[in-house]
Amino acid sequence: MLGGGFQAGLVAQVPQVQVPQVQAPTVDYGAIAPVLIVLGAACLSVLVEAFVSRSARWSAQVALTLLTLGAAGAALGVHLYSFSAGVRNVVTLAGTIVVDGPALFLWGTLLALGLAAVLLIADRTVEPGGAFSPDAAIRPGTAADRAQTGGAVGTMTATVMQTEVFPLFLFSLGGMMVFLAANDLLTMFVALEVLSLPLYLMCGLARRRRLLAQEAAVKYFLLGAFSSAFFLYGVALLYGYAGSVTLSRIAEASAGSNRPDTLLFGGLALLVIGLLFKGSIGPFHTWTPDVYQGAATPVTAFMAACTKVAAFGAILRVLTVAFEGTRWEWRGLLWGVAIVSMVIGAVLGLTQTDVKRMIAYSSVAHAGFLLVGAIALTAQGLSGTMFYLLAYGFTTLAAFGVVTLVRDADGEATHLSQWAGLAKRSPLTAAVFAFLLFALAGIPLTSGFTAKFAVFSAALADGMAPLVMIALVASAVAAFFYLRVVVLMYFSEPAIDGPTVSVPGAFTTAAITLGVVITLLLGVVPTFALNWAALGTFGS
Amino acid sequence: MSGGGLLLAMLLLPLVGSAVVAPMRSTPTAAKVTAMVFALGELVLAALAWSAYQPSGARLQLLLSIPWIPSFGTRFALGIDGIALVMIALVSVLVPIVMGSSWAEKLPEDRTPAGFYALLLTLQSLLIGVFVSTDVFLFYLFFEVMLVPMYFLIGRFGGPRRQYAAVKFFLYSLLGGLVMLGSVIGLFVVSGNRLGHGTFDWASLVRIAGSVPQSTQIWLFLGFFVALAIKAPLVPFHTWLPDAGAEAPIGVGVLLVGVMDKVGIYGFLRYCLPLFPAASRALAPLVLVLAVVGVLYGALLAVGQSDMKRFVSYTSVAHFGFIALGVFAFSTQAQAGAVLYMVNHGISTGMLFIVVGMLIARGGSRLISDYGGVAALAPLLAGTMLVAGLSSLALPGTNSFVSEFMVLIGSFPRQPVYTILATTGMILAALYVLWFYQRLMQGPVRGAAVVGALDGPGTATAPEAAAQRQRARFPDLSIREVAVLTPLVALILLLGLYPQPVLNVINPSVGATLTEVGLSDPVVGQGGR
Repeated sequence: MLGGGFQAGLVAQVPQVQVPQVQAPTVDYGAIAPVLIVLGAACLSVLVEAFVSRSARWSAQVALTLLTLGAAGAALGVHLYSFSAGVRNVVTLAGTIVVDGPALFLWGTLLALGLAAVLLIADRTVEPGGAFSPDAAIRPGTAADRAQTGGAVGTMTATVMQTEVFPLFLFSLGGMMVFLAANDLLTMFVALEVLSLPLYLMCGLARRRRLLAQEAAVKYFLLGAFSSAFFLYGVALLYGYAGSVTLSRIAEASAGSNRPDTLLFGGLALLVIGLLFKGSIGPFHTWTPDVYQGAATPVTAFMAACTKVAAFGAILRVLTVAFEGTRWEWRGLLWGVAIVSMVIGAVLGLTQTDVKRMIAYSSVAHAGFLLVGAIALTAQGLSGTMFYLLAYGFTTLAAFGVVTLVRDADGEATHLSQWAGLAKRSPLTAAVFAFLLFALAGIPLTSGFTAKFAVFSAALADGMAPLVMIALVASAVAAFFYLRVVVLMYFSEPAIDGPTVSVPGAFTTAAITLGVVITLLLGVVPTFALNWAALGTFGS
Repeated sequence: MSGGGLLLAMLLLPLVGSAVVAPMRSTPTAAKVTAMVFALGELVLAALAWSAYQPSGARLQLLLSIPWIPSFGTRFALGIDGIALVMIALVSVLVPIVMGSSWAEKLPEDRTPAGFYALLLTLQSLLIGVFVSTDVFLFYLFFEVMLVPMYFLIGRFGGPRRQYAAVKFFLYSLLGGLVMLGSVIGLFVVSGNRLGHGTFDWASLVRIAGSVPQSTQIWLFLGFFVALAIKAPLVPFHTWLPDAGAEAPIGVGVLLVGVMDKVGIYGFLRYCLPLFPAASRALAPLVLVLAVVGVLYGALLAVGQSDMKRFVSYTSVAHFGFIALGVFAFSTQAQAGAVLYMVNHGISTGMLFIVVGMLIARGGSRLISDYGGVAALAPLLAGTMLVAGLSSLALPGTNSFVSEFMVLIGSFPRQPVYTILATTGMILAALYVLWFYQRLMQGPVRGAAVVGALDGPGTATAPEAAAQRQRARFPDLSIREVAVLTPLVALILLLGLYPQPVLNVINPSVGATLTEVGLSDPVVGQGGR
């Protein structure tokens, strides 16, 4: 309510004009506390970057980030407790954010994956001085490089790393959390930008192979800008159709009206293209291999795991809340997209010679599997897809963690031929990576199998048997290229000047261990996570 | 029930053994001995299970059921029927023998016996798991995970083309497994529609099996069929077996052909027939055609092989044809014969594989043409090979005769044409086994692997000295090898002369399976045992 005196003054000057009363939106701080904590800490992190002395910055940033993730997790836990005790979906901030079962699950997933990713990002032992550089002109290993990473000139060890990546990380994570909980398309768009812009920057920060990294960053930025434009155009068309950008209003409008369908489906198509791009679903995946390869591996890990969660969270929400009524019109098309994505991922994955590109194509294939579950639009499909995101995220994060360890003089040795005979040099690393590859291939007793089962059973129950069969065949094809790496590591002779396996520092070890343990646990005792994923459906 | 605990112990003991053995890289002998102790312990447990099982009792016994993933309707449920019991007995007997036969195996450079034996124990545990699961999801899980240790066993410890063989094996099996996964999921969905909640409990699924429409059953059946036929292997799906069998180390080959392939047939009996009765009846002609083609084609290819290990693999393809014929002939006698055949084939082909391995260990070549007249140098080796070979061709008095005869006589009333065609396979079996034996063992001592480089031209040709040298180069069976082969010879003769104890265990379960398919025995036969 506006102040009475102010209102009286207005009335005195301009009589008979109805002044719209601006109501401050009610905010349920408890429900959105995790987002507030992350975004608040992101701002704080910028200040740390500006004011804390260089030598203390790394410790401050790492402590702040870990604390933030912990606090956000705790806030989430508190709200989840009341949620499961009966408090239901919270729509807050003037109906722009909805905190419902899926949002809570995916927030938890994002925070957990973010924790593992930040552990990888923070590691300074595998690559002395961290994997990031602010200045493209300085080559790694030179005196200038050591100077900027804090090591004294002439010594080989660098103790300080570039820490811009932490605030970027937090902003991006906060954007992702808002993205998948947005109740209207404009909020979703703003969140999309908040999550994307830091990612573009993070891609270009790599300390080694900078040309690749910068090319990747530019490519990602340009294509990302296009996809954002598509998204926004879609939002505009949908606004034209429904007169609102709120998801539930669009659903209402599309249910039995005589408005022009062109606007609706044109808008939907453009909107979905933007989302499919973020989820790196074929045929909108073309940025994925380049960016995955070019970005510093810890950033790739973060991107591969968390962006996928955010994108699919939004896809699930948009399709379920806004477009469930028109599913018969669009589902055929998304069938096609899912098939294309699975086939592209599985077939092109076969031809890759670079480990990071291979995992990138594998992520395209997995995106296809995820989409199979996402378009089921049943409670089972929803919980299955979300479980898949959790499982896949940790597996792929740990896999990228292992990639950071296999190095030669020029940094990471990502060419597959360099991985030959790894089992002989470093049995533990090879065993861990083989386990993760088997998980990606979907062998039972790993989370990959449980997740596939959950998704495919939902799809089959919803009458998509042909799609499931195609997905199973694609899984078999994809298994071949995972297997090829296992063959290389275990059955081939090591190259003479092959890479060495770095002894990981505590942070990387923790991240990989976390990923492997969760991959195993979700394969053997997935009940807890499955129940949590099934806790609630979308609210609006 | 404590019986279920027994099965759980059988599942866990080899796993524990594997974990104990795996780190013993620097002490090969200790690793081998420890692994052997665990395998013998497993044998004791199997004997306990055998004595605890009551043939006339419930359909499934020694039950254990723990909730596992409620949202998938799956439980960690163990239990055995007579068929599963004889299979776990077979596994438990073969693993120590395999370990004994691999004792002096030359592993590829810098691979340790610890890894080999640890993988063997893991494989054993998973094989036991396949046979004792009573939950379809759990079965599928063991069925798939089983590939992993086998893959590493072939790929890490096998012959020169081991990479190729291992990958081919894995991809074939994985493709089949994923197709089957489609059916497993389908089963879950169908049971959800029938019961209101999806389940994987075998007994519940059998109860609703009759009410599932035939068209649905056929799709689900085909999914299972592809995976199981690849595993079995039936003829168009068999091409991985000769490669895998030829490149696998001998001990692994024994387990691959002797036990792992039986999982396919076991899956037909335990899952395809009871869960999809209408589809099984409708599609039986298809399987029978494949079975008979397998009998003849496998036998013909076996005749033409030049590599001993491939030879044994192809004889197995022929034998699996017989077994599939017995299963899908739908009579108690034929199915009991088929189950007994699985056991007998494990023993006799396993033994043939081991003896061939001993020969290869001496001569260093897998080619038949590199050998000749070995009987003159190593009479015991030749004798045991003859026993294994005769058992393989089903000579009366050996174990295989009983089962092959039961399959044929049990199949004839319902499927006379297929049975007659399959019978010609017995003639081919005599041909390939005897010719194989003749080329290797009889006649004058000859062949590059036997005569060897020592006796090249120019050496003194005093016949006594030459014979001595050859004997030294080509020794007869050692005490260890005799100890490995003796139990197998004993089993061949024992089961050939008195198979009744095993049949007593098998028969009630086979009868129950037939009831689940909804068929009764044809009344033509005079009903001999």
